Amino acid sequence: MSQPTSSLFGLGAEFSSAGALLEAAKKIHSLGFRKWDVYSPFPIHGMDHAMGFKRSRVSLFSLIGGCTGLSVAFILIYYTSAINYPLIVQGKPYFALEPSLPIFFELTILLTAFGTVLGLLLLTLLPRLHHPVFNWDRFQRATDDGFFLVLESTDPRFDTTFSRQLLQGIGGLHITEIFQDPEESPNPVRPETSS
Amino acid sequence: MRADNPSSQAAFAQASAYLERQPLVSNHRPLSWITQHVCQIVEERAPKWWWILTIVFGGMATLVPAMLTYLVSTGVGVWGLNVPVCWAWDITNFVFWIGIGHAGTLISAILFLTRQKWRTSINRSAEAMTIFAVICAGIFPAFHVGRVWMAWFLAPIPNANAIWQNFRSPLLWDVFAVSTYFTVSLIFWYLGLIPDLASLRDRATTRLRQMVYGLLALGWRGSNRHWTHYEKTYLILAGISTPLVLSVHSVVSFDFATSIVPGWHTTIFPPYFVAGAIFGGFAMVLTLLIPFREIYHLHDLVTDKHIDNMCKIILLTGSLVGYAYSMEFFIAWYSGNPFEIYAFTNRAFGPYWWAYWAMITCNVAAPQLFWFKYCRQNPWVVLAIVMFPNTGMWFERFVIIVTSIHRDFLPSSWGYFSPTWVDITLFIGTIGLFVFLFLLFVRFLPIINMFEVKGITPQADPHTDDANGTHHHSPSTYSHGASQVHA
Repeated sequence: MSQPTSSLFGLGAEFSSAGALLEAAKKIHSLGFRKWDVYSPFPIHGMDHAMGFKRSRVSLFSLIGGCTGLSVAFILIYYTSAINYPLIVQGKPYFALEPSLPIFFELTILLTAFGTVLGLLLLTLLPRLHHPVFNWDRFQRATDDGFFLVLESTDPRFDTTFSRQLLQGIGGLHITEIFQDPEESPNPVRPETSS
Repeated sequence: MRADNPSSQAAFAQASAYLERQPLVSNHRPLSWITQHVCQIVEERAPKWWWILTIVFGGMATLVPAMLTYLVSTGVGVWGLNVPVCWAWDITNFVFWIGIGHAGTLISAILFLTRQKWRTSINRSAEAMTIFAVICAGIFPAFHVGRVWMAWFLAPIPNANAIWQNFRSPLLWDVFAVSTYFTVSLIFWYLGLIPDLASLRDRATTRLRQMVYGLLALGWRGSNRHWTHYEKTYLILAGISTPLVLSVHSVVSFDFATSIVPGWHTTIFPPYFVAGAIFGGFAMVLTLLIPFREIYHLHDLVTDKHIDNMCKIILLTGSLVGYAYSMEFFIAWYSGNPFEIYAFTNRAFGPYWWAYWAMITCNVAAPQLFWFKYCRQNPWVVLAIVMFPNTGMWFERFVIIVTSIHRDFLPSSWGYFSPTWVDITLFIGTIGLFVFLFLLFVRFLPIINMFEVKGITPQADPHTDDANGTHHHSPSTYSHGASQVHA
């Protein structure tokens, strides 16, 4: 039953509920797998902990964006109003903190938002046009009501036979080999794994 | 802890039933039902009523470019503005539309941070409403500048005059506040749409749909390595949108409050404008949601509880603006300043008395009906009542702006503003544009935030037994609650 593994992306399994997927993820994490992922229609409470994630680094990008925004606002106002073309308007000082605050605030918010979204795209490596998991036809339900776990073949602990037994043992259904190349992907439900 | 005799058991059952929260998705709908029910609105053939409404409101929307073309080719004088009333319907309409947007951001950001789970089924449409309202709002100040082809002077771009923008002016703060608000609202809305666009992509039956929704969904695949960053991003955007939404209408109110005009120069303006914006915004959310809930049978997702909650927010914020109206009068009297006192007496009993009392009736009196449960529970009664805040909030801005400036300090510069047909037609055009954009949204994008609604169903809780949604912890929770009742 071993397949040519060069273009094998991984082994996918479906789970019956969010709870079952969470338990499976805990098990896979405890076995020390690194290249694997779970897919669900909504974020599952506790899954980050079960997969051993640390805090998301998106907030770092937000901080950088926010600091940039504040600096840009300060430089913009100070340079244009006090250095480049000082102009007396209603006897007000060329530069003062009070009237600058709204613009400081708005530009900080604006660039924080840009930084945050940029951080999300960089950390998730999105957008991308295709991904091997889409070759699995059951996978459409990941955005509907399906709960999936995929062990990737690049993981050092990955072994087609062992991994299949492992997924079966933790309650995985419809276990399927997923290939990089859509042509190569076999029919999704293999006789010995359908349940 | 648990009582044993029958009467206590009955009391316990009663207390449990009372303490149990009404589910946010009625009838224990499965996850696939949510996807199917929301996606089919977009996937089925456009119903006949949709075509009729879209043509009618699309036709109304063409009044906007028509009136603007007339205005630009003739001159800004085609509006009824003249000294002393140089701000009238245009700025009224601007503040009116901007205010409507606030409910969307309130629902998406503030109710998210305060963990109000009921927001999930209404936030998508409310955020869409925000964006469309800000588009309508932006038209007015852009053309009010007079020579619209020079509107780029508002941006800090080096120009031939070598003069920069006046950063000490609240009007420039407004430019930054409104454009930031629009951009961040758009980002927030789109971010929330990504997982749902992926649902539409995965259900697509035609190649075109698959391509369009696929590109818009950015290749989203529901991976938990993505969800972890996604949730953080959502939280941060909610966190920055919260002060943003409070700042926008505060900055709009600075346009008035930093002037020396009696009736405008008041410190109460920022909170008063924000409360009014939320009040008017929720009224508009209900105006749009109630009909679409009926048409698309969304009763299990937008439940009576949701409508009830929104009515209570309208009651609260309506009472807040009522308080602000009376406090303005009190401060005018207490200041002892004859100009202030005159401005407010003139507001209520001067030539624009009709606008003032229309405002009081619509904004202060009408929402008090929501004290009665009957009025909050019957959607058609709700729809009838929220028409008052919708109208009243327009009158509020008209009253603040026009009555304060129509009588200047010298009686020689007193005047009476009347709108021209161009003023009226342009405003009708923006109403058409707003509804037209909302109809397009309903047709092409999922109007309910599916992934968030799924996330609050009992099945989504990983500690439930199965798809029935029986919760492991329920009995202990209720017995704990019941013991407190007994004590």
